[in-house]
Amino acid sequence: MDWKRFLFIALIIVLLFTVVVLVGSAAQKPIVIIASMLATTIAVATPLTLGALSGLYCERAGVVNIGIEGMMLSAAFFGWFGAIYMNTILKLPAMASLLIGLVCALLTGGLMALLHAALSITFKVDQIIGGTVINILAIGITGFLNRQLFFEKGSIFGGNVPHAPGTLPVIHIPIQEAIESVCTSETCFTIARAFGKVFDQRPIVISAILLVIITHFVLFKTRWGLRTRAVGEHPRAADTVGINVIMMRYVNVVIGGMMAGLGGAYFTLESVPSFEPLMTNGRGFIALAAMIFGNWTPFGAWAASLVFGAAQALQINMQVFRDSIPAQWAILQNSYVVGLTPYILTMIILTGVIGKTVSPAADGQPYEK
Amino acid sequence: MTDPTLVLEAKGITKQFPGVLANDNVNFDLRKGEIHALLGENGAGKTTLMNILYGLYKQDAGEILVNGAAITIHSPRDSINAGVGMVHQHFMLIPVFTIAENIMLGDETTKNGFLDVKAVCKRVEEISKQYGLDVDPTALVGQLPVGVQQRVEIIKTLYRKASILILDEPTAVLTPQEAEDLFRIVHELTERGVSVIFITHKLKEVLSIADRITVMRAGKVVGTTTPAETDEHKLAAMMVGREVILTVDKAEAKPGEEILKVEEMKVNDVRGLQTVRGVSFQVRAGEILGIAGVQGNGQTELVEALTGLRPAAGGKMWFNGKDMTGKTPRLLTETGMAHIPEDRQRHGLVLAYPVADNMVLNTYYQRPFGIHGMMQPAAIDRNARKLIQDFDVRTPSPYVPVSKLSGGNQQKVIVARELSHDIKLLIANQPTRGLDVGSIEYIHREIVLMRDRGIGVVLVSAELDEIMALSDRIAVMYRGQIVTTVAAGTVSREQLGLWMAGAHPGE
Repeated sequence: MDWKRFLFIALIIVLLFTVVVLVGSAAQKPIVIIASMLATTIAVATPLTLGALSGLYCERAGVVNIGIEGMMLSAAFFGWFGAIYMNTILKLPAMASLLIGLVCALLTGGLMALLHAALSITFKVDQIIGGTVINILAIGITGFLNRQLFFEKGSIFGGNVPHAPGTLPVIHIPIQEAIESVCTSETCFTIARAFGKVFDQRPIVISAILLVIITHFVLFKTRWGLRTRAVGEHPRAADTVGINVIMMRYVNVVIGGMMAGLGGAYFTLESVPSFEPLMTNGRGFIALAAMIFGNWTPFGAWAASLVFGAAQALQINMQVFRDSIPAQWAILQNSYVVGLTPYILTMIILTGVIGKTVSPAADGQPYEK
Repeated sequence: MTDPTLVLEAKGITKQFPGVLANDNVNFDLRKGEIHALLGENGAGKTTLMNILYGLYKQDAGEILVNGAAITIHSPRDSINAGVGMVHQHFMLIPVFTIAENIMLGDETTKNGFLDVKAVCKRVEEISKQYGLDVDPTALVGQLPVGVQQRVEIIKTLYRKASILILDEPTAVLTPQEAEDLFRIVHELTERGVSVIFITHKLKEVLSIADRITVMRAGKVVGTTTPAETDEHKLAAMMVGREVILTVDKAEAKPGEEILKVEEMKVNDVRGLQTVRGVSFQVRAGEILGIAGVQGNGQTELVEALTGLRPAAGGKMWFNGKDMTGKTPRLLTETGMAHIPEDRQRHGLVLAYPVADNMVLNTYYQRPFGIHGMMQPAAIDRNARKLIQDFDVRTPSPYVPVSKLSGGNQQKVIVARELSHDIKLLIANQPTRGLDVGSIEYIHREIVLMRDRGIGVVLVSAELDEIMALSDRIAVMYRGQIVTTVAAGTVSREQLGLWMAGAHPGE
């Protein structure tokens, strides 16, 4: 991805942060606001990042995936269901239940992706339609099972939503202590406390960032990545040098599905300990936009996800500072206006303000010998 | 008896495709270090045979022996392991990859799990030096000229230690200089013990490069010969199955009234540069005006302006007595203009549509094909069957996508469509580019036939032979202008060549 695109992304993020700092400056120190915005941005960008990586694996191998949303939603549900089932019915400890829930989410994402792969690779169904099938299927299944399992009389949970085993715990990285150990002034301690929080993230958030880095190396530095890209650019050329195009595509789509599955787990196992119908709320589609804006590269996609994360962080912080918003900014008190920001950003960014991106050449085309 | 010098033998290869017997009991062999040319028209089964040898298709019957031992080939991997390398007609290169990435793909060298690009670059440079194939392994393939891309393809096979090299129509996309370079490389390879199968339909080329020549026709091997025992005419006859007239037979033109008049036409290209800079000419009914010129001297833009595809930046054009400057292609077509475009796949056909629909692309909205906005399948079907018959289009049915047809048959679909209705002027841009002898002969005959029926013809071609054979008058285009217009037969090939290269007439 070119530097112009990264610069554009950095500018938008700075702009969003500035708005919050200006609005909140009456109530809080700018440095604290910035640190808190940063922590929130990184956290809420997680499902977008993972969704974008999901799209990346699929599309780099030549399969368009607009079913990320559905894969995330179903993974969110089954991850949650797995965790609760283990905890409530099998009486496993909370942590073990959550981890099994996580595995359930990954498997769900992988299975949904397998369905998408079968539709688009083997049966050569139009891939947009295949993705739409996944999305509709996910909405239907999760909505239905949610009602049947938890709210229907005589269900395994007896018609009551059971107590969830909580969420995955924060992993503390001792950055605050590290800074404090060299601190001499009070400002330094404030900074240490503020930025220490940025590094106190939960496991899925941290894995998302690691996966961005890993994906970059896999895609551009390994044999698997070279072959994946070849299959997405010119499958026939890959075939003539003995690469199994069908297998490469299947495996990559399933890996992509598991990425979306992990993104789904973020909603119910890490962000909040509950499931609501349609709770992914279009994140899968925004993730797709982030992947496109990031020009089908892991770091680009991550950067674009952070923009959307920042927009969401803005929304969250606006609620915190709602009462201290100055009169001339009154429009920002309206939660609908602020809530629209990520979606408006999606539209602006996708109009191509910063030039066109180039998709893999064989993206969306089934391979026929 | 087994000849120990044979590195490759294909015995009794048969391959059936839906509707076509592509290979019918084909026998073919290759000796060590020889160049064995496989000659045949488009659709004769040459590429099918090679795709079987390379493992892209599986034969229905027959066996393949490499160095005397029978091998089973399930995929290209098996062929590569047996030492067979293939350079496909349409290159199998990934434009966004570097040369090194393209070459290593499928046979990657890794170090600690990561691609070892350095080692690959080193190997590539070694091969480059050894065979005189000069390339920079870090360059992006998409930015290379076609000739260099072909070199990359050859290195790709050598990197896999190929000792048998299949070149499928390697000169089709090359300039004459690039082709010379390729021949030099091929000789270099054979001197080092590589055996080469050279697939082509160009007769001159075969005679100059091959050690042996095998001719295929309609899925069968017609015979094997050597350049010493044969000549162009004999080869052409073997290829087509009958005596082929390599020169066009035509009577004296009887030009009638003026049908097209162009005055001071100026046209800009996609980038906004003026590539046609004031061109004037006229065409009369019943004559062929040949526009000669090296490609890229404004011919493409001129034809696009004449056919209404691109607005003229200046000048006027009268067609059929009326000022038709800047009119739409549809109006021009309805007035009686036919157009055989330069790029048949992009501008002449909708590749995904069936043959029948492609045959009514310019008339589908008119009776009898369209009535009140509804397509009339019965009329379209009748039209297609008639045209397929009249123009000898080889297709299993009117309803296969036109993309499945060979280049020659695709061109016949266009010719059939354009010439089958009432026309006054035919504009043909490179009508025989990339076609085989039989199709070229056919299209040349059609063009002369049109002329004799009193139709005006503008023939744009970069092939001097074609211009000289067909034209009644020849206009030479150079840098967006017509240098001169002369009567055919009054000027030598050499003189035309000089004008095309920019020499001024009268010097």
